[in-house]
Amino acid sequence: MDWFPLWNSLRIAAISGVLVFFTGILCAYYIARLPRVVKGILDVILTLPLVLPPTVCGWFLLMIFGLRHPVGQLLQQIGVRFVMTWYGGVLAASVVAFPLMYRTSRGAFESFDETLAWSGKTLGLSNTFIFWRIRMPACRQGILAGAVLAFARALGEYGATSMLIGFTPGRTATISTTVYQLWRTGDDAGALVWVLVNLAISAAVLLAVNLLERKNRQGRRAV
Amino acid sequence: MSLEVCIKKRLGKFLLDVELHTEPGVMGLLGASGSGKTVTLMCIAGILRPDEGRILLNGRVLFDSEKRIDLPPQQRRVGYLFQNYALFPNMTVERNIACGLCREKDRAARKKAVADIISRMRLTGLEKHRPHQLSGGQQQRVALARILVGQPELLRLDEPLSALDSHLKDQLVVELRHLLKSYGRDALLVTHSRDEAYRLCNTLAVMEEGRLLGMGDTREFFADPGTRTGAALTGCKNIVDAKKAGETSVYVPDWGVTLDAGKPVGDHLVAIGIRAHHFGGAIGENSFPIRVVEEIEEPFEWTVKFMYETQQDGSMPVWWRMPKAARPERLPERLGVSPENILLLYG
Repeated sequence: MDWFPLWNSLRIAAISGVLVFFTGILCAYYIARLPRVVKGILDVILTLPLVLPPTVCGWFLLMIFGLRHPVGQLLQQIGVRFVMTWYGGVLAASVVAFPLMYRTSRGAFESFDETLAWSGKTLGLSNTFIFWRIRMPACRQGILAGAVLAFARALGEYGATSMLIGFTPGRTATISTTVYQLWRTGDDAGALVWVLVNLAISAAVLLAVNLLERKNRQGRRAV
Repeated sequence: MSLEVCIKKRLGKFLLDVELHTEPGVMGLLGASGSGKTVTLMCIAGILRPDEGRILLNGRVLFDSEKRIDLPPQQRRVGYLFQNYALFPNMTVERNIACGLCREKDRAARKKAVADIISRMRLTGLEKHRPHQLSGGQQQRVALARILVGQPELLRLDEPLSALDSHLKDQLVVELRHLLKSYGRDALLVTHSRDEAYRLCNTLAVMEEGRLLGMGDTREFFADPGTRTGAALTGCKNIVDAKKAGETSVYVPDWGVTLDAGKPVGDHLVAIGIRAHHFGGAIGENSFPIRVVEEIEEPFEWTVKFMYETQQDGSMPVWWRMPKAARPERLPERLGVSPENILLLYG
């Protein structure tokens, strides 16, 4: 059996998970500070992929990065190509998963008690210290939840991925596109294997999250 | 120490326009909620940025809109005790306090200073606790320790006791008084409580709607608040419109009486204030017939609301308060008030 789709899905989800983790947090942090009108507009744009059907996202991505469109052509000249490549999958998964990270961490930041940051400043603590050692730990629950949701979403991405990178066995196949392809060609047994793999991964992720949360809570109580 | 503040800041409809210079010791900033006390503190701290003006601390410019100077809060060296103490929930007591010493680079010196202040603030044994495991009083001591360990030039306390139960409050006022004295730090205390202001502050500044109404010695201020707002903030229950009637007398239209104030009355008098516990049946001066409207029993006092016989219908009853032990068998039919207890209010 060819395990390539598993490996491909994991690397796409892992890389886009990391990308989305940092960009989502940074956007959430800085956009919360912008004037209301700008904030509203950016908010809509950045959250759109969450409400749009993934195929519509895929269409937009093709309109931008497609090989017949300016940005796509420009990128191809410097050797970067998102269409029909596995890192196109990273792009598609990132775009679709981003709003989950952005929204949840923004909610967490908004419920942060700003006096903690102020008192840190008056004590002379640097802004970097305040961000990583006070703000982030206080918002840990929300940020963790956002990261897990984003990772899970990236792992299961189908619509935008299939439009942008299609299905090429051994090159762009992911678990979700493989399940569809095998079912379409009548290979129910093959599809079932990948469905089980998918279930196993999801269960493992959820289990890890639960363990992590319990550990956190214990760590807080025990002194 | 000297702090000079002269700032303007617009926040929506609210306009803050304050000119303030502090005296040595503990200075109180007294005002109702929404009067701009906390905004003023935040401007001094550098958390809010004034639209224009200057802030000087011991000759050091912290903010100057003309010279375009605006030091970040980290460089201002003014300790700020927040209303909720703002302890970092993810750190132990020890780590919280060490945060106040982040300017000190030498680890051994830092350790020693933290250990010192922990014993001085009676926090020994709590080093490894987290803030949510502490009582209100302990949290306040940790917050103060965290600030004092960095030796700020000025301490600012924002309603330090309002988050506490009332029985704890009295205890902590005493403790805070002692601490402020023993550390010899000048401090600016924001409060809306007259008790806190009276017990903790040498001088008082009164704020209303973003402006400073006046400042002065605490005792003098309580004896002669000078304005309606001042009188209300010092807890005066009876504040009523009045006019000058003679050299030393005032006419109160609502009550239909003319009172002797025992001191010269200015032409622009707008109101008088009489504290509820200054009335008395045995006082012969300014004595007029009354009728009782309502009696309210309180833990240690009686509050009696009464109307003068000559009082206009529909005007507010007058408050009279006395300790329980001093309540006569029968409430008197006349009540008097000494001339020196009539507060003349000019604004």
